[in-house]
Amino acid sequence: MNTQAMNKNMRKSLQRLFPLFVLPVVLCFTFSFIIPFIQAFYLSFCDFFIPRDAEWVGLSNYRLALLDLSFWHSFVITFFFAIVSILTINIPAYFIAYFLKDKFKCVSLFRTSFFIPNLIGGVVLGYIWSMIFDGLLSFFGTYLTSNAIFGFFGIVILVAWQQIGYMMIIYIAAFNAIPEDMLEAAEIDGATAAQKLFRVITPNMLPSITICTFLTLTNSFKMFDQNLALTGGNPIHTLENGMQLKTTELLALNIYSTYQINRNWHGTAQAKAVIFTLLVGSLALAQTLLTKEKKEAKIKNGETK
Amino acid sequence: MKSKADTNIMSSEKKVPDVTYVKVSAVKILAFSFISLLWVVPIVITFYNSFKQSGKVSSDIFSLPFGDSFVFFENYGKALTFGNYPFFLSFAYSLFISIVSTALILLCCSMAAWYIVRVGSIFSKAFYGICLFSLAVPFQMVMFTLSSNASRFGLDTPFTIPLVYLGYGTGMAVFMFAGFIKGLPLEIEEAAMIDGCGPIRMFFLVVFPMLRPVTISVGILELMWIWNDYLLPYLVLDLTRYRTIPIHVQYLKGSYGSVDMGASLAVIMMSLVPVMIVYILCQKHIVKGIAAGAVKG
Repeated sequence: MNTQAMNKNMRKSLQRLFPLFVLPVVLCFTFSFIIPFIQAFYLSFCDFFIPRDAEWVGLSNYRLALLDLSFWHSFVITFFFAIVSILTINIPAYFIAYFLKDKFKCVSLFRTSFFIPNLIGGVVLGYIWSMIFDGLLSFFGTYLTSNAIFGFFGIVILVAWQQIGYMMIIYIAAFNAIPEDMLEAAEIDGATAAQKLFRVITPNMLPSITICTFLTLTNSFKMFDQNLALTGGNPIHTLENGMQLKTTELLALNIYSTYQINRNWHGTAQAKAVIFTLLVGSLALAQTLLTKEKKEAKIKNGETK
Repeated sequence: MKSKADTNIMSSEKKVPDVTYVKVSAVKILAFSFISLLWVVPIVITFYNSFKQSGKVSSDIFSLPFGDSFVFFENYGKALTFGNYPFFLSFAYSLFISIVSTALILLCCSMAAWYIVRVGSIFSKAFYGICLFSLAVPFQMVMFTLSSNASRFGLDTPFTIPLVYLGYGTGMAVFMFAGFIKGLPLEIEEAAMIDGCGPIRMFFLVVFPMLRPVTISVGILELMWIWNDYLLPYLVLDLTRYRTIPIHVQYLKGSYGSVDMGASLAVIMMSLVPVMIVYILCQKHIVKGIAAGAVKG
């Protein structure tokens, strides 16, 4: 971190005001993040009902979590959900942004209508869409939570509808940052509109495509509100051994509902949460490394040329 | 601006490119009117169903309210108090929690970020590092321990939950404020210091006004997050007494069918009003904030 430190006198007088400037934030941050985080990590090795009555049980929570079929099921559908969402969000967003990047009449109206769903909370969206899906499916004499396929694609449609506008804004900013002279040069050389889009513009868009892909990926893995409000994990499928599997339950919801089963599952739920954190954290790490590498490569290329 | 001037010069000299530009746009406008309709339709359906007689909502959501089924604002009147919790209370709590938490985050985190950047001690570097780390941790990790601690220390009311939000929102806010402050020239503050300005006056009279753009971005981000947040208040608040709008809506969803549908949709529409007001007021800042955030990565 490059700090722009001020001179000694000023720094000393500021440091004397530590209780006013930093202490409130440090206390609240410690209370709401640091302590819960450490506790949560410790409790994942314990059997507990509330944090105070924890009993050390070693790795058995992790063993139970990894043996839990519902956890694997959620992992697999979350993975598929992420892959499908990356495509259903980014491809439409990219082309909508391409057509809405220039200023013309009504453009802000269009951008606004694509963006509005982002401002609405997941729970409210879930309510609206479950009403619409049920209304549509009632024509065929069925309903949303009657079938896992309906539920899965219901979430896909909802999330695409919500997030396309957000990615569109990022893509519009990136399109408009492409240097004009590059496009002019392509035009002079007689490039067609399609050639221009795929050979000149798209290569320039790769950094923002990377960013948006990672954004959709982490959003998909962390998806909770929309999942809870739209299907709540339903329909339930009963396996041969009598175990009940919530078919449309994504990872975040699975952790939550594991905690809700009964007190014997608290430790397992916490172990699942730690595994989940490692998963989401490694996605974030991969993103930072990848974007950093690209930036460095860009600087290097700039220097050598 | 520059490109606009260019096209004007072009069109005054030769008419041809100007005409094709308009033609393409007309096709574009038509096509996009259809596509963007898809985006508006769900909200429009909710809107007109909120004026329909309750029985007619569940039987056919696609029919328009007319004649007998059109009940004017009756649903909205009912919406305020129906069900097992009054909506107007959850609306008031949501508004209170969102505004107080956001104000608290903006004030405390901008001060902390300035201290961290300008003092640059080992402590501030470590604190900044933990803030960055917290951004990568999903809420599911800490939700059980955070909520049980909060209820143990009596933070389960709307009047104390802003402290929880301040703590949990610190990572993002400090990261964004610190990023902006690093780009500020030190000379202004040095000049103020030479003129005999102490740290408190310096922060509020010199630094805080300079932070305006990032304050707006952080403010909008935190406001939207807290207003729409479901899980944190659901786990932390004492639900028998206090509910926010997302909690209220999820309860309505849970009792789907047994609850007055027309009034539920009126609740949904009313919950969108503050969000729309914020969007209309801050449209430019929202768009700029997203674009800038993504470019920085």
